[in-house]
Amino acid sequence: MGRLWMNTVPQRWHIDMLMITCPWCGPRDESEFTYGGEANIERPTDPEALDDAAWADYLFMRSNPKGWHEEQWCHAHGCRRWFKAERHTVSYAIRRTWPMDEESS
Amino acid sequence: MQNYSIFNLARHALGGHRGWKPAWREATPKPRYKVIIVGGGGHGLATAYYLAKVHGIRDVAVLEKGWIGGGNTGRNTTIVRSNYLWDASAALYEKSLQLWEGLSQDINYNVMFSQRGVLNLGHNLQDMRDIRRRVNANQLNGVDGEVLDTAGVKRLVPFINTSPDIRYPVLGASWQPRAGIARHDAVAWGYARAADSLGVDIIENCEVTGVRRDNGKVTGVETTRGVIEADRVGVVVAGHAGVLAEMAGFRLPIESHPLQALVSEPLKPILDTVVMSNAIHVYVSQSDKGELVIGAGVDSYTGYGQRGSFQTMEHFLSALIELYPIFSRLRMLRHWGGIVDTAPDASPIISSTPVDGLFFNVGWGTGGFKATPGSGWVFAHTLATGTPHEINAPFSLERFHSGALVDEHGAAAVAH
Amino acid sequence: MTCRLNQGGVIDRSKPLNFTFNGKPLTGYAGDTLASALLANNIHFVTRSIKLRRPRGIMGRGPEEPNALLQIGEGPSTLADQRATQVMLTEGMNARSINGWPSLEHDLLSALSLGSKLMPVGFYYKTFMGPKGWWERYEKLIRPIAGMGLTPDGPDPDLYEKRDLHCDVMIVGGGPAGLAAAASLIGTGLRVVLAHEQALWGGGLLASRTQLNGQPANAWLEETLAALHAAENIQLLPSTSVFGHYDHHFLGAIERVREQRPNAPIRERFWKIRCQRLILAAGAIERPIVLPNNDRPGIMTAFAVRESIERYAVLPGKQAVVFTNNDSAYATARCLLDAGAQVTVVDSRASAGTAAKAMLPEQTTVIYNAKVCDTTGKKRISGVTVRQTDGTFTRMDCDLLALSGGWNPSVHLHSHASGKLQWDEALATFVPQNDLAGVRAIGAMAGAFDFATALTQGSEVAREFATELGSKAGTDLSLPEVSHAEPGPSQLQPLWRVAGKGPAFVDMQNDVKATDIELALREGYRSIEHVKRYGILGFGTDQGKFGNIIGLGIVGELINKHPTEIGTTTYRPAWTPVTFGALVGPDTGELFEPIRQTPMHEWHVQAGAVFEDVGQWKRARYYPKAGEDMDAAVARECLATQKGVGVLDYSTLGKIEIHGPDAITLLERVYTNNWQKLGIGRCRYGLMLDENGMVMDDGVTARLGEQHYLMYTSTGGAARVLSWMEQWLQTEWPDLEVYLTSVTDAWGTISLAGPKSRELLESIGTDINLSTEQFPFMSLRTGAVNGVPARVQRVSFSGEMSFEVSVPANEAAELWAMVMRKGEAFGATPYGTEAMHVLRAEKGFIIVGQDTDGSISPLDLGMEGMISARKDCLGKRSLMRSELQRPDRPQWVGLRPKDPTKVLPEGAQLIEDPAAKPPVAMQGWVTSSYFAPRLGHAFALGFVNGGRARHGESLYAWDADAGVIPVEITQPVQYDPEGGRQRD
Repeated sequence: MGRLWMNTVPQRWHIDMLMITCPWCGPRDESEFTYGGEANIERPTDPEALDDAAWADYLFMRSNPKGWHEEQWCHAHGCRRWFKAERHTVSYAIRRTWPMDEESS
Repeated sequence: MQNYSIFNLARHALGGHRGWKPAWREATPKPRYKVIIVGGGGHGLATAYYLAKVHGIRDVAVLEKGWIGGGNTGRNTTIVRSNYLWDASAALYEKSLQLWEGLSQDINYNVMFSQRGVLNLGHNLQDMRDIRRRVNANQLNGVDGEVLDTAGVKRLVPFINTSPDIRYPVLGASWQPRAGIARHDAVAWGYARAADSLGVDIIENCEVTGVRRDNGKVTGVETTRGVIEADRVGVVVAGHAGVLAEMAGFRLPIESHPLQALVSEPLKPILDTVVMSNAIHVYVSQSDKGELVIGAGVDSYTGYGQRGSFQTMEHFLSALIELYPIFSRLRMLRHWGGIVDTAPDASPIISSTPVDGLFFNVGWGTGGFKATPGSGWVFAHTLATGTPHEINAPFSLERFHSGALVDEHGAAAVAH
Repeated sequence: MTCRLNQGGVIDRSKPLNFTFNGKPLTGYAGDTLASALLANNIHFVTRSIKLRRPRGIMGRGPEEPNALLQIGEGPSTLADQRATQVMLTEGMNARSINGWPSLEHDLLSALSLGSKLMPVGFYYKTFMGPKGWWERYEKLIRPIAGMGLTPDGPDPDLYEKRDLHCDVMIVGGGPAGLAAAASLIGTGLRVVLAHEQALWGGGLLASRTQLNGQPANAWLEETLAALHAAENIQLLPSTSVFGHYDHHFLGAIERVREQRPNAPIRERFWKIRCQRLILAAGAIERPIVLPNNDRPGIMTAFAVRESIERYAVLPGKQAVVFTNNDSAYATARCLLDAGAQVTVVDSRASAGTAAKAMLPEQTTVIYNAKVCDTTGKKRISGVTVRQTDGTFTRMDCDLLALSGGWNPSVHLHSHASGKLQWDEALATFVPQNDLAGVRAIGAMAGAFDFATALTQGSEVAREFATELGSKAGTDLSLPEVSHAEPGPSQLQPLWRVAGKGPAFVDMQNDVKATDIELALREGYRSIEHVKRYGILGFGTDQGKFGNIIGLGIVGELINKHPTEIGTTTYRPAWTPVTFGALVGPDTGELFEPIRQTPMHEWHVQAGAVFEDVGQWKRARYYPKAGEDMDAAVARECLATQKGVGVLDYSTLGKIEIHGPDAITLLERVYTNNWQKLGIGRCRYGLMLDENGMVMDDGVTARLGEQHYLMYTSTGGAARVLSWMEQWLQTEWPDLEVYLTSVTDAWGTISLAGPKSRELLESIGTDINLSTEQFPFMSLRTGAVNGVPARVQRVSFSGEMSFEVSVPANEAAELWAMVMRKGEAFGATPYGTEAMHVLRAEKGFIIVGQDTDGSISPLDLGMEGMISARKDCLGKRSLMRSELQRPDRPQWVGLRPKDPTKVLPEGAQLIEDPAAKPPVAMQGWVTSSYFAPRLGHAFALGFVNGGRARHGESLYAWDADAGVIPVEITQPVQYDPEGGRQRD
């Protein structure tokens, strides 16, 4: 065997398929993150002014596209910051990640 | 329809099996049907069959974008049970189970429904409370079930790890003897053959690209094989419900998630029942071919990729070995994912829609396969009469406005 | 009789290995596979097929082998379905065949083969349908015949390991292409990993007489490997199967550690590999030609025969027929001749290529325009029938038939990650399109069957990737000069199957015949996926490595379509089967999930506590004394608390510190009630809803300072509540300046409850004034307890006066011990969660998760008073929907069994008419149920439809085991409804 620089790599017990770039920490394995659903769903400022249908729209309706999807992720086992990502729901490619407070595109 | 039987098989054997006819015709679309069903999975085909058989509506086309049974029908872990907590769910799944029980004879196609029973394990005191509540509700609803203690579980699955020292010990289980597994592909093919014999056109390689409407009423669909008109359209798709809804101009409270499954290499019989553990997320049965069929909960993020996260799989395999240490040296042969359309309450939507004459039967989440006959049966009623059957009335889209959710994951019931 | 040649091969003749097959002692050598060792002992017949019980032999040479699946070892360490062609022989190995009863040689079920006409594809779908409910009976007969291997009879004695591996360039395949790629990356500074499925490096070179730089390939191999071993930046993983290729350049691989180090403590290691660039050099698999009776032992692929001779020095037959449609098999014919066998070549083409012809001496019998159209023999092939295009039939004896129908590149790893395939007309098979970014297939996997091209491709892609990754130039690998190369599968004329009588098997493992494919098509299963599924084609453990492409070819012929019109095959992981234990590694048993213990855990253990799992926590449930059952212990603990003082370990409660100027705003938004007027040092109970209006968590929050709060959550809900609030803060309310910190593990909490709790706390010593005037109910004080900095809260979950003392976690065990010592004078009694439940239930307090289940709103609980009208909060709007306002929703009630000694089962349903037949309308259910020792009767809590208006009504509790128990609906609070005791 060649010299095993791998022996110095710390062991972790979980790994996965996606590689997600946390805007603060850089690229990390998916196992460090939790998924937080579709992004840009704003909570109504005055819920009581809404009728049931409008409230249900906010509560339950999701765009669920087959394609690019702006969504929220949290680097739960890292910096614990939430951020947005644009991920393709078929190829699972991640085109971009950015902090919550930045504009989408 | 050629009758399938051992005698006919013997007769055809003499002729080198050259006399068998296609199980279903390769139909070409007509310009117009009374009812179009979008989606040639088990549910769509069952709907067509019951439309023809129960309601006498035979001018029906099933449009399938690929090959029938190619979606979740052919990708699931084939568990059939009806031990749901809430009355609405129990009624729907029990109707389905009753249809399963006579299905092979009814459609003259052996779907190999094997009533080998399902165990839902409990690992802590709250699990056991939930199990008892659910079994009691089941019995009062006429659904079979009992509560087993650890020894009772051990009697059914002698090699399950019932040591009190494991991380989450097996405290007991619910046991539904009438539950079981079936041969998934056969369900699609059997319904297709039976529906076809009653005059239903099954049209494969026909993708719906648009929903035609006039004055708020559906008039037909646009497809890759041209426009097909219809009085009523029933959408019975998994993995693409939202896409179809968008074509019809409304949104659905549905998100699509990967759901993973895997099989082991084939083994001599070792496991005679289905064992599910919701708390530690793994379920397993053994197919007649000998493969252990193993699955878990849905993946967290949405996706249409028919593949899930590796860590999900690692975790449910850990759970598998935790419960069944003797499986450690067995090997995974194949793993794959399906796309499950999941509503916020983990219950399906079998409903009219904002478009007159357009009905949706979608959002089955992880519960779809077991519901195939019942789903088809109630949806056929809905399409035939224009109104829901009392069994599917609680599963309307309207429930998301009123708040009358049928919450099968918030409450004590188990997934899948 | 040995078939071992006297010389040659890459086996170690100095290391003979003893093994047994079906009990018969045999020997092989180090370097043998189980298959080569069996063949060396002239054993071809190793198993019987599943369905038809036909004798089957070793056919392939690697992962494609469909037949030779053997059981190895006994007891808990037995291994099922082991492919003999991939198992390296070890000393003492004990292998046996599974199908065959009473023995492999004499199998009573072989009568099944006579019924093969009765059992075409789809047989089961057409039969065994009746009578209703009989399928399970038929299954009892069918299942034992199906299936293959045996499951171990005990827990796995071996260890497994998981390792992460991040590298710049991952190379899969240690044949010439992969080796050249790796060698080209030496010294680039890039982290390079080269994995090879086999124990020995070299791939096709090991079975080849190709010369590199004018010498046997071995010399170049050794030199290259020495350089790779010496290279700092190259890691070699031999005996490692890369089984799956997933998104974002992630691969899974299994290293069979003991192939390299027989005594290694780890049996297999699961590598989780993430790379920047991926070079796939996985090689190709020779496919046979389907012909009648093509499954007899002694029928092998041509390359398997060649490798047997060249690599293992085993001559698998003395009288061989080589049947081919391409040039590559001519090298096999030459090997056979050189090893002393008689050889006849049957070639379906009009002529062979020049290089192929040059392989053979002139006197060799080569019959062109001919096909083998049948075979004879029982447990070993004894002859073939050759049909020439002119219609003549020739029967010839043989003990070996070597088949070559062309080669299928092993495109699986490309295909797993959704890489596209294209049809190569010359090879009549699929090759990768190389359409995946950063991934390249090379060598035989890309359809390049000559070593010179493979070496060049390896070197070129390596340099290309190195440049892309910005590395300094690596070794300018001088590629060796290739000579004496065997011909590849050139001038191939597609030949999928030879027609004729007799079963012609496409997928051996599942006994799928060409006629089954015909029948599937005839019956309307037109899509290739339907053909495969209906015909169970490609569903064996070899996953159709032989059969899938041939099946596609046959379907194409039958429906007169080009294979690409029919569609490609989807290859799903795993490439080869993967041990579950290896994927799990150490993540089982205690490491399955973390175990959380409180600082006082050891004391509870010593005290004989019985524990329960609550989330990840171990909580003491009760502390039985000698002779006590749970009921007795709980009754004692309850009474001691209510009459004197009880001590509870409350450390598991979730604790979140909230800091910042907007802390109140956050509380106002997540809790239903008002927080504006809570003074410093005061506590308040809060109810948290999800946006759907359902109760999600509850607990007490204390105000520690102007902008500082301490929120308590339920034990199980702590993590969920914290991340939920974080999500709201970060994603929806970034304008709020507020910071959350989980301090659950930082504090140990001891609850002293009961009339004597104050005295006990005073006796321990504290600088906090414990009088009700100075320290009223629902307030918090900081100070010292026994000299340790502490937070003391006067809240109560027991209904009694109580003091919850929190100290830094490391001090908690000592304080607990002190409490118990000082407490002796007061009769202080430790109580567990069970007594805690009884005490709180008497007071009608809910436990989220036990009494609520995610479908219960605060209105259902009768807590509308907790919902502030002044402000919005999460979930509030949902409560206004019609369904949640329904008066007949399930509502929180108390229940009194009419027989005061009957404790209702938790989970019992409530009904009106015990005589009704199913379906019975249910009126509600029981969530919590106990015997109250102080009250002397049983009671319960639960939900009843419209229950608040039904106090005093009678119902029946119904339980599958306990039967019917009459109950009366009461208010939820059973004791001290005014709460005087807790306020004191």
